[in-house]
Amino acid sequence: MDLILPVLDTTVRLAIPLLFACLAGLFSERAGIFDIGLEGKMLAAAFFSAALAAVTGSVWLGLLAGIAASITLSAIHGIASITFRGNQLISGVAINFLAAGLTVLIAQDWFQQGGRTPSLIGGARFETIDLPFAEALSGVPIFGQIYADLISGHTILVYVGFLCVPLTWWILFRTRFGLRLRAVGENPAAVDTAGISVVWLRFAAVGICGILCGLAGAYLATGLQAGFVKDMSSGRGFIALAALIFAKWRPWYALYATLLFGFLQALSLRPDVVELIFRVPMPVQFLDALPYILTVVILAGFVGKAIPPKAGGEPYVKER
Amino acid sequence: MALDADTAGRPSPAAPDQTAPAIELRGISKAFGPVQANKDISIRVMPGTIHGIIGENGAGKSTLMSILYGFYKADAGEIFINGQKTEIPDSQSAIRSGIGMVFQHFKLVENFTVLENIILGVEDGAMLRPSLAKARKTLKDLAAEYELNVDPDAVIEDLSVGHQQRVEILKALYRQAQILILDEPTGVLTPAEADQLFRILARLKEEGKTIILITHKLREIMDATDTVSVMRRGEMTATVKTSETSPEQLAELMVGRKVLLEIEKQPAAPGRMVLEVENLQVIDDQGVERLKGVSLHVRAGEILGISGVAGNGQTELLEVLGGITKGTGSVRINGEEIDLTGKHSDGRTRRHRGIAHVPEDRQREGLIMDFFAWENACFGYHDDPSYNRGMLTDNDAIRGDTEKKIEKFDIRPANCWLTAKNFSGGNQQKIVVAREMERNPEILLVGQPTRGVDIGAIEFIHKQIVALRDAGSAVLLVSVELDEILSLSDRIAVMFDGRIMGERLPVETDERELGLLMAGVDKVPAGVSEVEAVEANLDAAAREG
Repeated sequence: MDLILPVLDTTVRLAIPLLFACLAGLFSERAGIFDIGLEGKMLAAAFFSAALAAVTGSVWLGLLAGIAASITLSAIHGIASITFRGNQLISGVAINFLAAGLTVLIAQDWFQQGGRTPSLIGGARFETIDLPFAEALSGVPIFGQIYADLISGHTILVYVGFLCVPLTWWILFRTRFGLRLRAVGENPAAVDTAGISVVWLRFAAVGICGILCGLAGAYLATGLQAGFVKDMSSGRGFIALAALIFAKWRPWYALYATLLFGFLQALSLRPDVVELIFRVPMPVQFLDALPYILTVVILAGFVGKAIPPKAGGEPYVKER
Repeated sequence: MALDADTAGRPSPAAPDQTAPAIELRGISKAFGPVQANKDISIRVMPGTIHGIIGENGAGKSTLMSILYGFYKADAGEIFINGQKTEIPDSQSAIRSGIGMVFQHFKLVENFTVLENIILGVEDGAMLRPSLAKARKTLKDLAAEYELNVDPDAVIEDLSVGHQQRVEILKALYRQAQILILDEPTGVLTPAEADQLFRILARLKEEGKTIILITHKLREIMDATDTVSVMRRGEMTATVKTSETSPEQLAELMVGRKVLLEIEKQPAAPGRMVLEVENLQVIDDQGVERLKGVSLHVRAGEILGISGVAGNGQTELLEVLGGITKGTGSVRINGEEIDLTGKHSDGRTRRHRGIAHVPEDRQREGLIMDFFAWENACFGYHDDPSYNRGMLTDNDAIRGDTEKKIEKFDIRPANCWLTAKNFSGGNQQKIVVAREMERNPEILLVGQPTRGVDIGAIEFIHKQIVALRDAGSAVLLVSVELDEILSLSDRIAVMFDGRIMGERLPVETDERELGLLMAGVDKVPAGVSEVEAVEANLDAAAREG
């Protein structure tokens, strides 16, 4: 228990940015807009949240700046792929390059610390929250330990992330907006002939995607780490996409998939635990590679058939 | 006679009926770039009637109705609904004006349930639950009122095409449509399902709904409509009472000249066995069995017609015989086995064995739309010695040959330097047919020879197919048009769900019997009506597929 709990605790913390990004992709792709720019949006949000937090000393202003940056990139993706019916993959790739280059450039120009922001301290970071009675219950075996060490003691964004899962499910499957959003990703012509604006719906979905990516990036820089460093999203946007496919575009499965990836990432931080469990030393490099290997396996379609939203990736053009 | 091309369809000062027309269009025009799809069209549709709009492919019927449904905006003209001048800038306004449309390609979300599809866009409030409950109740009432039974919780992709169409009609009724437009509604239905549809339409008419039926099938117009408007090349050429016209007259109005609706042909004189197919099976990329053991044969000098609703394995049958897909089983040409899976299972080897193929989808498989007519006219035969000089193609020879084909098949415009996309559907088809027939093949495989082809060209292509038969070739004809199958074939095989359901002689069968076979019904079980048997079978097939 004393070995496992810290690994699971790390799992939770590492899964959260993946979860936000995965749900972001879920909204966008369910509406028929493929988004491989999750990575870039996270990175931009990470930088701007850290930068604003560093300058103002307020993590909340940082969070807002991160979300604003991410939404801006989303809007570019939306204009390119919805308004101008451009290729969604190309637009996504462009956003990734843009974010990777611009964040470092601006960071260097602004802070002159080699493309990073100053380390965040105090109110410029999200503090961990101790849930009620965590201290008192920590002595109780198993349940108390789990409550005190695993469930309690995270930043607010972790709890927001977990709440986003049922919220996403509820929006998609219990509301009018969700019905229309799913419909526009499957058959935009059905939505159009029902007299609903395809463009508006898709922009709404892309906007939500922007907000969630903003949360993912802000968590990276102001929750998980204390400041922005170059390329700090390190492929998490792509891992989130793999998780999304693995999850078959469903919110609860997205939670499980991102927890699995988070667990693999957590393992690579604790080779000693792995060695204790398997009784053989594992090369750290192999453990580091595990999440990416799983990503490749999933994207290559080895884990069953995942059927994406039918109209995904296709710009909507009226036809007779 | 009510036929007067000049005044028909125009609002006349002394209308015999004092009630306002449900729909009146005045001077509607619409152009797509240089193409004038609708030219100054005026039409009046009286309430409580079924009004047919007939015309060939590309005559502008669908464009006109899309304007009425707010899908396109007219360049000029006015729309009156129940006597009120109405602007219809988008589908929402059309729905508000009481217009419902059943498109040729259904606008349904395939992985949604029937109920979800019905409420999409007209939900009551932000939450789904109350809307779904209300729709469930309304649907029950509508089903009882119009005999439109569909399981509200069924997922669309599990429903047969006929039931999907019902969902589209229910969608319109749920939106309280008073005017229902149906665009080519029977194209994908078996005859029994089509009959059922027309019963529903009659019922809707009794309840006071106005129905516009767009079709290119003369028979449906004669059977189902009260009045009919004829369109030709973007213009409304006439509006007549159905009871005062005849199929021949309508055909003439559609085409602009007299047409022969019947094909003149002598009885067949079948000779030696040309094509023998035994237990042919095809499994597609998704692992679905498309052909489940098909056996058939065609002799020299006879036409075997394969009938069936689209998507029951006919496409795969043509493709495997033509060398486009692989299959298992045995296929013999003149007694010699052909390679179905190995490296000789390609189209080129098939052509050398005397198999010519007019594919179902001419624009995707028969032609390269951006290539010149003369290039298209030699594809597949480009390695013929007469087209080559050493390493190089002899383009002059190909062009000379193409010009002969253009003349013989009356391809218009008669210019081999035009690209394929510059020809009309009928003339494109003539290019393909000319290319495949001119080699006097042992057997001609021909799929949907007249799909999207104007009546004049249909007549011509049919004559050519019969002439090829009389010259001693075997012909395997696949068509979803029952009329075409019945009039051209010497024998008819019906396909359903990847199998041959049965074989009949045209003189010994009729549309009813073939229609049942097309739905997989060999014998109607006792105590069950034909329609019930058909629907049960099609639903089972939809769920399985």
